Amino acid sequence: MKALKKLMDKARPSFEEGGKLHAFRSVYDGIDTFLFTPNETSRSGVHIHDSMDSKRTMIIVIIALIPCLLFGMYNAGYQHWLAAGADTFPFWELMLYGFLAVLPRLVVAYVVGLGIEFIVAQWRKEEIQEGFLVTGILIPMICPIETPLWMIAVATAFSVIFVKEVFGGTGYNIFNVALVTRAFLFFAYPAQMSGDKVFVASGKMLGLGEGIDGLTCATPLGQVATSGASNAAEVASAMTDIAGDPVSLWHMFLGLIPGSFGETSTLCILVGALILLLTGIASWRIVLSVFAGGAVMSLIAHWCATPTYPASFLSVGEQLCLGGFAFAAVFMAPDPVTSCRTNTGKYIYGFLVGVIAILIRTYNNGYPEGAMLAVLLMNALAPLIDYCVVEANIRRRLSRSKVAE
Amino acid sequence: MSIGIKVKKGLDLRLAGGVPDGTATSECRCATVAIVPDDFTGLIPKMEIREGDPVKTGQAIFHSKLDDSLKVVSPVSGTLKSIVRGQRRKIERVIVEVGEGEPLRFNIDGVLSDAEAARNLLLASGLWAMMRQRPYDIVPAAGTRFRDIFVTGFDSAPLAWSKTTFSPEEVKALETGIRLLSLLTDGKVYVSRRPGMGLPDLKGAEMVDVEGPHPASNAGTVIAAIRPVNKGEIVGCLDLPTLSRIGSLAISGILDGTTIVAVTGSEVKKPSLVKAPIGAEISALLKGNLVDDGRNKRIISGNPLTGHKVTEDGYLRAPYRQVTVIPEGDDADEFMGWASLSPKKQSTSPTFPGHFLSRKLFNPDARLLGGRRAMIMSGEYDKVFPMDILPEYLIKAILARDIDRMEQLGIYEVAPEDFALAEYVDTSKLELQKIVREGLDYLRKELS
Repeated sequence: MKALKKLMDKARPSFEEGGKLHAFRSVYDGIDTFLFTPNETSRSGVHIHDSMDSKRTMIIVIIALIPCLLFGMYNAGYQHWLAAGADTFPFWELMLYGFLAVLPRLVVAYVVGLGIEFIVAQWRKEEIQEGFLVTGILIPMICPIETPLWMIAVATAFSVIFVKEVFGGTGYNIFNVALVTRAFLFFAYPAQMSGDKVFVASGKMLGLGEGIDGLTCATPLGQVATSGASNAAEVASAMTDIAGDPVSLWHMFLGLIPGSFGETSTLCILVGALILLLTGIASWRIVLSVFAGGAVMSLIAHWCATPTYPASFLSVGEQLCLGGFAFAAVFMAPDPVTSCRTNTGKYIYGFLVGVIAILIRTYNNGYPEGAMLAVLLMNALAPLIDYCVVEANIRRRLSRSKVAE
Repeated sequence: MSIGIKVKKGLDLRLAGGVPDGTATSECRCATVAIVPDDFTGLIPKMEIREGDPVKTGQAIFHSKLDDSLKVVSPVSGTLKSIVRGQRRKIERVIVEVGEGEPLRFNIDGVLSDAEAARNLLLASGLWAMMRQRPYDIVPAAGTRFRDIFVTGFDSAPLAWSKTTFSPEEVKALETGIRLLSLLTDGKVYVSRRPGMGLPDLKGAEMVDVEGPHPASNAGTVIAAIRPVNKGEIVGCLDLPTLSRIGSLAISGILDGTTIVAVTGSEVKKPSLVKAPIGAEISALLKGNLVDDGRNKRIISGNPLTGHKVTEDGYLRAPYRQVTVIPEGDDADEFMGWASLSPKKQSTSPTFPGHFLSRKLFNPDARLLGGRRAMIMSGEYDKVFPMDILPEYLIKAILARDIDRMEQLGIYEVAPEDFALAEYVDTSKLELQKIVREGLDYLRKELS
């Protein structure tokens, strides 16, 4: 480590004002603070600080995402093998296939996003911020596996610039950056982002898998939406996997279904949730109330089930396991920057995210991905909820001073 | 009669280098003492004596520019050695060389029955200047009549020491002080204490038994729990040593210019209690008591949360109760500290093993341990902020210099020290106490 420290110290002058490599100061700073804890000591106020910082916070979120990422790799391979009609599923080949499928998407998201972040940090003469570390891994996970790379690049650039940087960077954005990337793709390129062509990888990767032409398999929610089913049994039979077998609730929970890369497995999402809640990084108030809101709305929809909206026949368990609901509840809704900041507000915000997600997905057949829209909508409403909570605090204070008079 | 308060939100930091319970064993002999005008927030100093003039204990050194009667006095007899000035001739500190001499005798006729006499005694003896008021956390103006007066009878800050044994004379001094103070308020004099800490019920005061973690001892916490400060009200605050000084002055007519200093911290060889004059030299307080490990040290006059950074040739700053020495930490090269699983790292986050070591004493250094960021995580401050105030929103209102919003969100109820723990836990490493101080100063300037 001493040698590395010496190397970094030796390189420092050329990155400082007037140095040859000054244009890359933000990159140097980013690497230096990543490798060595800054030696900056407190100049005012408290003399000691908690060891927790935003780097560690972000890394914990990434660790919580790893089970979903690994499962996504396996599932990408599994769905491909299934589509090819295989009856044996070699674990490592599946994993490798999935890895090769997601790697370019991860790389593109990080290169584009971090590239913009470095440029902006350099331009604003600020330290590079960690926010994109999480966003960058989220983006490929919430997109279908067949999303073209250029689309990911365009969408990532759009949301990093117009959703985050124009507002001032990490901590100032109104909307969740990763979700806007997804929403941008969904509305700009609907044909490539939904339907039945994009959720299962169809190509060969380094000789693994097979090239499959005309592969079609919609997500279970997509199948339900277009099934025209008029009772619960028909809805259940409408949900089939790529080989045509019916999908059980257990499969939905495990995540062996077609869907966006990282968000199919409720089990892995719950592992991530456990990590985030035990470390106190995600707000349990939000996570809990999203699931509560989703469950309540699913029950209501289920009780008033109508053939006009086939998704209303789905059970509560199916509603909570399918689509991006659980993923949104654990990784999207509790984003501290875009969610409510008051404790009371968090309950209301979470509950409404859950309700609206199920509402959209059930009563609008065109948008089976209701969770994404629900979180974005509530991102916009979060300041309003907080405003009401803050006003209540203010009124309490005012009434107290009136009594005193 | 006593009131019970249970503080639920807060944090007790377990730090190495606390003083064992007991009494001061040694006395600190200083060649000089210094008074720092900045310690008397809100008071603009105007010198009364010049360099080279002899001074007596209790004799005024400077007074408030706005009010001649509000004085700050010398804690020792001797000679005024020098007036250290900074930019734009601002007085940074006044150094008094300790010598021989009789202390000044104050006229104590009627101070326990006449409000004007009591007020004049406090103003002239410099003890008024050692009080603070809410709102603004400043030295109260000379004519202030307080709604209530709050005496903090203990200190729950990290490594702080609280007096636990009281002789009958000391109790008598405290009770005399309360008698005098009660002339200055229409309300009550409240004295906070830990249940069972040894401070008996004091005649004339409303005792407040406070349980729970720091900031249990902060005046702000106690006021918020009993009767929060509303706009237009002024509440007086002082600590137990000041109350004791007021009492003994009212009895004897002589100002007690001494204090008991807890010398604490992980870089101190033997943490101990030292009797010293107010404004004592740091070098004399720490003489031969610093750990010799070659590391850079941070000397703090006060506790690690709210104290002032001082140098080894500096002086003890208000409230004159504690000196803490911790490692500075700027000489540590920590590789990927953000990923560390070392049990030596102190944190409120369960991602650090140290979080679970409930008995371990930590010795943190003065590093920020992270980069400054915008406010990212939500709800962090609330966990250590025991008042009915939304700290994040108040901080934002202050940063925006939005006076209406600051008032609505309760800025009159807070002092910078109330935000110390929030500043400690903040993952974005924002300078909250500085922000609050600037906000209070801004508000005072705009509204005066």
